Amino acid sequence: MELNKYQQELFDKQRPTVEKFGAKTWMWSLFFLAWIGLGGYALYLQIAVGHTVTGMRDNVVWGLYIANFIFFIGISYAGAVISGILHILKVEWRKPIIRIAEMITVISTIIGPIFILLCIGRLDRLHHLFLYPRLQSPITWDVFAIGTYFAGSVIFLYLALIKDFAILRDAKLNVPKWKQHLYKFLAIGYRGTKGQNRHINISTNLMAIMIVPLAIIVHSVLSWIFGMTLRPGWHSTIFGPYFVLAAIYSGTGVLIMAMWVYRKMYKLYDYITDQHFVYLGYIMMVLGAGYGYFTFSEYLTDWFASEKWVSEVLEKMFNPAKYGWYFLYSNVFGILIPVLVVAIPFTRKPGIIALASTFMVLALWIKRYLIIVPTLESPLLPMQDTRMEYVKYSATWVEWALTLAGVATFFLFFTIMSKIVPIVPISEFGDKEKNPEAPTDATKENNSNPV
Amino acid sequence: MKPEEKLKDNSRLEFLKTAAIATVGTLACGSLVCSCSKKEAPKSQKVKLLSPEGEIVEVDSDYLNHQEHMAIISKLEAREGIAGKKFVMVVDLSRCKNARKCVNACQKWHYRGEDTEWLTVKLMKDSEKGAPYWFPKQCFHCDNPPCVKVCPVDATYKRDDGLVLIDNERCIGCKFCMAACPYSTRVFNWDEPEIPDYIQGQPYSAETGIPAKIGTVEKCDFCPDRSREGLLPPCVEACPNGVFYFGDENEDTVTNGDETVSFTQLIKDGGAYRFQEELGTKPRVYYLPPKNRQFPVERGYEALPDKLKDRFRDVMEGSGEI
Ligand code: SF4
Ligand code: SF4
Repeated sequence: MELNKYQQELFDKQRPTVEKFGAKTWMWSLFFLAWIGLGGYALYLQIAVGHTVTGMRDNVVWGLYIANFIFFIGISYAGAVISGILHILKVEWRKPIIRIAEMITVISTIIGPIFILLCIGRLDRLHHLFLYPRLQSPITWDVFAIGTYFAGSVIFLYLALIKDFAILRDAKLNVPKWKQHLYKFLAIGYRGTKGQNRHINISTNLMAIMIVPLAIIVHSVLSWIFGMTLRPGWHSTIFGPYFVLAAIYSGTGVLIMAMWVYRKMYKLYDYITDQHFVYLGYIMMVLGAGYGYFTFSEYLTDWFASEKWVSEVLEKMFNPAKYGWYFLYSNVFGILIPVLVVAIPFTRKPGIIALASTFMVLALWIKRYLIIVPTLESPLLPMQDTRMEYVKYSATWVEWALTLAGVATFFLFFTIMSKIVPIVPISEFGDKEKNPEAPTDATKENNSNPV
Repeated sequence: MKPEEKLKDNSRLEFLKTAAIATVGTLACGSLVCSCSKKEAPKSQKVKLLSPEGEIVEVDSDYLNHQEHMAIISKLEAREGIAGKKFVMVVDLSRCKNARKCVNACQKWHYRGEDTEWLTVKLMKDSEKGAPYWFPKQCFHCDNPPCVKVCPVDATYKRDDGLVLIDNERCIGCKFCMAACPYSTRVFNWDEPEIPDYIQGQPYSAETGIPAKIGTVEKCDFCPDRSREGLLPPCVEACPNGVFYFGDENEDTVTNGDETVSFTQLIKDGGAYRFQEELGTKPRVYYLPPKNRQFPVERGYEALPDKLKDRFRDVMEGSGEI
């Protein structure tokens, strides 16, 4: 395939990354694999011995796993909603960052459902979900919604990759045979003809239009697992939109983090510019404000009406001896700081925005934990149980090991993917200039001090 | 040591099973005659049996009970329920003194360990100044059951006779029903349940919940296998104070073993209520309020072993908040 000047430049820049795996990458991969291995052992224990190795018991029937499930499905919104909407709106500056976003989507849509599988006592009976499906159950809705969503986001990512695969195929890269075969296979004979180009564009547009409502359905359905029950703190009408908003919000945060890491690691300052951080920062700020608004109205109404059962959960959130500090952290770092960091021009810098996003993403993970555990620890009837582990949930090492394994899988996937495909899409830089909105001077200035 | 542990020898066991069927057959006939009266099966009685080697062995009669679970019904029957019935229960709170006989009888009948309480007795205190009272609680077999609504594989289901049962051969253990049940009724087999050997091999039935299975959910089933034989659930039989009235709404009769009364009359005279009616779950269990109590609430507390006392300490001895 013919490359124009800018594409060539971008290709040359990313060529070494794709060609060489490198000792450092090996080390990281092995490190992540070690974590995954530990998780594998934990999983073996959980299956062989039973769920008794987790901290979950009859009152708190779900714990860390479900929080991780919501979290990962949430960050998958980076590719689905952010890149989908930017695509539909034809925002030019999206081009260098959409691949990162879509990769986040695909990998977290794989990891998320694994966590819900971990909550299931009889993995050997999973096929019952298809043998005896019951349409009334929100879990069945989830199975279908997440399945469709996953397929959709894989297609969306793949469509954007075909042209780059063709470039890699034709570039005579110095890579092993299997990798060349892989490129050839994945490029599915793309030669850059007008017709082929048109088909890809139409399909991508269609997928972009489909993926956004799909993503919204997925997280709404997910929230209804909780919203449909008669539990305080769950049984709320705003849970659907609340979850959706929190998901897009955390997705943006993870996207900003990933952009920052990649930019630094592969010296992509010319492509992922400061401006990108500022734009995504704005998006994050608006979402953060919306999320804050939802949070406020949810807790205000609960607190004001102060129904007995609901108050029990709220008391746990406000009490520093229980979940008070977590609740405070999740609101200060999940709402206030990210909004302020972007709102104040002085702090509106890539490094600071990325740092604020990191804290925000952690805050949103904690928030998911706070949605699950305190509610389950507040049953309607008094527990009157003397077995401490039945009264209060605390995750065991098995659950933490599997959580870390999930995070490690996320990183491992990114490490490997960045060695197979160019992180900044080459083909997207059409015939036009390099990056219409990249203020190169500012970038250069900042290069010396990226943090 | 339990008698069954003495009987490692399989052939001996086989023989005993045969013998047991005969014994139980007699018991069942007896129960048909004096239908629904309690205490027809004296507990913990030793029975002498002849082993294949010609020795006389002494066996606890409770051990023979399991043969009653043998009522083999098809999966379909277990889903449809007993034709023409509509099971209902009335719990008279004024009579309960937390004797916990019901809890033990339930555990014994279903071969569940002492930590597994399908039926549990809570100490309730509704308001700050209100007097605490004992509150036995099993599954309410709700007519609008939130647990059934959420099950993704139809493992937990509502039958025509009003019962909500769980098919532990279908349950995938997602625990969604546990999150959905507002009454903390369901328990999960977190690890491999301890089951006596002779139960292990029995064909599973949703009506008996035997044998228990790891990674699945279980709960009070209102003992439909006993109803099929004309017997009352063990909790009803075991209660020394006649707290539980069990019966059929269609027939409009309930009995606690000692007296058989009209269901409508009982809930009318007693001012019965259903727990947390406002949740809309429509329980099939009614409660008669704890007024004119037969026992002071302390009676059920002081006799308890320390481990159980701990459960209720905060309500009984202080803070008062529940
Ligand atoms: S009490 Fe709970 S488990 Fe029993 S039927 Fe009602 S909701 Fe289901
Ligand atoms: S745990 Fe079993 S019975 Fe309960 S909802 Fe899941 S599959 Fe159904």
